[in-house]
Amino acid sequence: MTSSEYIKHHLTNWTYGKFPDGHWGFAHDAAQAKTMGFMAIHVDTMFWSLLTGIFFLWIFRKVAKSATSGVPGGLQNFVETMVEFVDTNVRGSFTGKNDMVAPMALTLFAWVFLMNFMDLIPVDFLPSAAGWIGHTFFGAEPHHVFLKVVPSTDPNATFGMSLSVFLLMMFYSVKMKGIGGFMGELTLHPFSSKNPILQAVFIPINFVLEFVSLLAKPLSLSLRLYGNMYAGEMIFILIALMYGASWVTGAFGGAMQLGWAIFHILIITLQAFIFMTLTIVYMDMAHTVPEHH
Amino acid sequence: MNINLTLIGQAISFAFFVWFCTKFVWPPIVTALNDRKQKIADGLAAAERGAHEQELAEKRAAKTLHEAKLQAQEIIGQAQKRASEIVDEAKDNARKEAERIVTAANAEIEQEVNRAREALRGQVAGLVVAGASKVLKREVNAAANEALLKDLVSQL
Repeated sequence: MTSSEYIKHHLTNWTYGKFPDGHWGFAHDAAQAKTMGFMAIHVDTMFWSLLTGIFFLWIFRKVAKSATSGVPGGLQNFVETMVEFVDTNVRGSFTGKNDMVAPMALTLFAWVFLMNFMDLIPVDFLPSAAGWIGHTFFGAEPHHVFLKVVPSTDPNATFGMSLSVFLLMMFYSVKMKGIGGFMGELTLHPFSSKNPILQAVFIPINFVLEFVSLLAKPLSLSLRLYGNMYAGEMIFILIALMYGASWVTGAFGGAMQLGWAIFHILIITLQAFIFMTLTIVYMDMAHTVPEHH
Repeated sequence: MNINLTLIGQAISFAFFVWFCTKFVWPPIVTALNDRKQKIADGLAAAERGAHEQELAEKRAAKTLHEAKLQAQEIIGQAQKRASEIVDEAKDNARKEAERIVTAANAEIEQEVNRAREALRGQVAGLVVAGASKVLKREVNAAANEALLKDLVSQL
């Protein structure tokens, strides 16, 4: 297996989908996955994201069920710290009244963090284990078994979240401001004039500017997370390549991996935090009815 | 970078997670947090109230102690007064009793003296008669001289 094959293998999702000839099955390589088009699903992304999401909900639900106002235990303490942290952030940035925003922010923070956290597991552990299982129990060719363990390196996952947030933004914008108010927000800023003819000229310009900035929100939200995680994952893969070369590069690679992993702890937390904070800010924008100038 | 059904799957999972968190995770924890906040506030208020009450109680106790001391002093004063009164009374009684005893004794002594004097007078009369009869060397008719003797006796 060459280096480029190794990297490609690591960056290919385990895909189940509809082949061009109409039957459903697992793709054997990246090219086959591509031919499936939209009618395909990344089993690994779904599996790991559901696993991490359910893990988060399980822990928090466990605490929520037995939460007391008395002296909290260790786990309750941790969960309460997280909840208060998110609550403080929401209180600081979100001025509207919506009971859903804070839990959504907590879900985003915890879920994105856990999905990113999968990046810290050495890159070959889980894919190799999957290859062995696939080979031993299902008779598959080991390098036809793909497993991408970090769901946030899959744009489907990040867009899945950011588009949901975007839909909520649109929903609350229309709900709070009305269709007219929302359209006004898109067309009457930043340029406006008392002169009706000038105003008529400004409206399309404003719309182009505002519409682009509106679309940029979900796009930047998801691509920021995806890009950071994808790049981090790529560096781990490149470091892992050094192990195969010689024991000198291997030792160097070990040190690099340790260093990058420690640095990466900061990145995964930061990315989760940014995703949460921006979502709160966007939701706040959707809820605030601007006073007219 | 294939966009496919995973996108929809992820969106559905996200919606489910948010719904679950909003419904089953967030409210109990926030309720517990608020309850604890209330509890702590109540506790602090109670502590302050307790401290205040203690202060008042200390003041009250000092006051009571002071009053008790005053009362005790009063009682001791009264008792001392009463004791000296009793002593005086006892002294008085004793003196009276002593006087009474002395008076009775004096009366008795006088009585005894009188009785002894009577007895002596009788005996002296006998002796005088015997002596006289011896001197006269003759029988004196006692009956005849009865009046004489009596007169003699009364003169003794």
